[in-house]
Amino acid sequence: MPIVSVDELSRTYRVADRQPGLRGSVQHLLRRRHRDVVAVQGVSFAVEPGEIVGFLGPNGAGKTTTLKMLTGLIHPSSGSVQVAGWVPARRQPRFLEQITLVMGNKQQLIWDLPPLDSFRVNAAVYGIDDSEAKRRIHELADMLELGDELTRPVRKLSLGQRMKAELLAALLHRPAVLFLDEPTLGLDVNAQARVRDFLADYNRRYGATVLLTSHYMGDITALCPRVLLIHQGRLFYDGSLEELTTSLAPQREVRLELRHLANAEEFQGYGELESLQGHQVRLLIPREQLTQQVGELLSRFDVLDLEVSDPPVEELIGRLFRQGSVA
Amino acid sequence: MRRALRIARVLLATQYAYMLEYRAEIALWALSGVLPLIMLGVWQGAGGAVAAGLSPQQLSHYFIAAFVVRQFTVVWLIHVFEEDALQGKLSPYLLQPLQPLWRYLAAHIAEQATRIPFVALMLAVLALLQPTDLALPSAGALLLGLLAIGAAFALRFLLQTVVTMLCFWSERAAALDRLLLIPYLFLSGLVAPLDTFPAPMKSFALATPFPYMLSFPAQLLAGMPVNAAAGFGALAAWIALLAPIAWLLWRAGVRRYGAMGA
Repeated sequence: MPIVSVDELSRTYRVADRQPGLRGSVQHLLRRRHRDVVAVQGVSFAVEPGEIVGFLGPNGAGKTTTLKMLTGLIHPSSGSVQVAGWVPARRQPRFLEQITLVMGNKQQLIWDLPPLDSFRVNAAVYGIDDSEAKRRIHELADMLELGDELTRPVRKLSLGQRMKAELLAALLHRPAVLFLDEPTLGLDVNAQARVRDFLADYNRRYGATVLLTSHYMGDITALCPRVLLIHQGRLFYDGSLEELTTSLAPQREVRLELRHLANAEEFQGYGELESLQGHQVRLLIPREQLTQQVGELLSRFDVLDLEVSDPPVEELIGRLFRQGSVA
Repeated sequence: MRRALRIARVLLATQYAYMLEYRAEIALWALSGVLPLIMLGVWQGAGGAVAAGLSPQQLSHYFIAAFVVRQFTVVWLIHVFEEDALQGKLSPYLLQPLQPLWRYLAAHIAEQATRIPFVALMLAVLALLQPTDLALPSAGALLLGLLAIGAAFALRFLLQTVVTMLCFWSERAAALDRLLLIPYLFLSGLVAPLDTFPAPMKSFALATPFPYMLSFPAQLLAGMPVNAAAGFGALAAWIALLAPIAWLLWRAGVRRYGAMGA
């Protein structure tokens, strides 16, 4: 049974429409004009317990609005949502005890106090007794490699340390569903990797369901076997990341460096010849023929170097958003 | 109940620790609340005590008590709430199983606790400079006065909560709060004791919540003759009226909340 069920979810915002300049200001003052902006339209999907699902989409695609509706922060204009058996918009305490939302650009920790003070507040709010709270803090701090940082004022922590402390605060009540909005925003490569490792570990250890938005493809490829692609408020792909990349890039790129010069005709039957420049050859070979054709290339030519690669996922997905559909 | 008490204890302790970080700022805020002492100077200079039907000592005691009441009934909810709502800081609070207004209330109480030494210091300085202006209230007056200060703070907090809820509809609700400043200044007894008002004006003032936010607790603390039962009754009635309005506006407002900036 899905832990998250979303059916025909839509959200429309009413925004003021104002022309620039003094004339626009006066006109707006005298006669306000509004227009409706559709942020999310007819989105449906379901997530099983323990899944890690990534939301992908360009800025303004509707990812964060969808997350806000899933957590109950905003009410849907139409459609229905159920998370852990609850209707999020009602924000009943039992529902709130089962979820958490971590936003990379927002903090819940008290800025001038050490993170431990915020953890104490959270423990009281969620009804976790002192000894259990200490045990959980110790366990999560171990997983996050946090130590002395917990007794230093939040304002003195680095961005990476702060995000780890935010995660600890958000997970102290051991929620069943984690909503993460850009959790690695602004972090350096090492800190990003540590946060990703932690999230994967947490998911394995507690069977928590994770819904994640991120602009860093590294987060998605490392964590999310399944992705939801949202563009202009509509869901237009729901499936495995691997299938998506295979369907977007059915060929793999093979680069060869040859000892002797060769001509283009010699590469007929080895996929598509993309370029031939001196000793450098670039071929696109269908995935299913890759092993066989690379073997033949190696036996036929005197190859100094060989490299097989996938086009970067960012590039593929960026292309997809520009096209506006999955082929 | 035990859980609620624990939340209250932890929230107050944490907020007190937080406010201590801002002790210098709070000391300045306390210092800036000397308007009743300035008014005392004005009234003394103008020989107004007689006009008000009060002795000079009573006038001093009233304004010094008003100074104390004002220090412990300051409400700044709308300013922090507006910022939190606009910047999306309210979102994490809304996603925890605790009504967010309790956090703001705890912050206010902690801020008042932080003020205590500064206010005590200012009273001590006043006692040194003008020993006749200051008199210790009797135990009964002190107890009633403290109770009235607590209730007056609750009333001010609720009234501002009602205005604060407009943050869900307007991005500049704090400006609306300024509209309340004028009636508060004049009708609360901050600028002049209510007894100096013409009778119809005094009756009008007593029909508003403002005198119960300052004049009533100040009169109790100063040991002036005042109908305590009527005062506490009015405080209870205003609180009973405003609490459900604040609650209904909160419910309607949260439905509108767009989690701006979140």
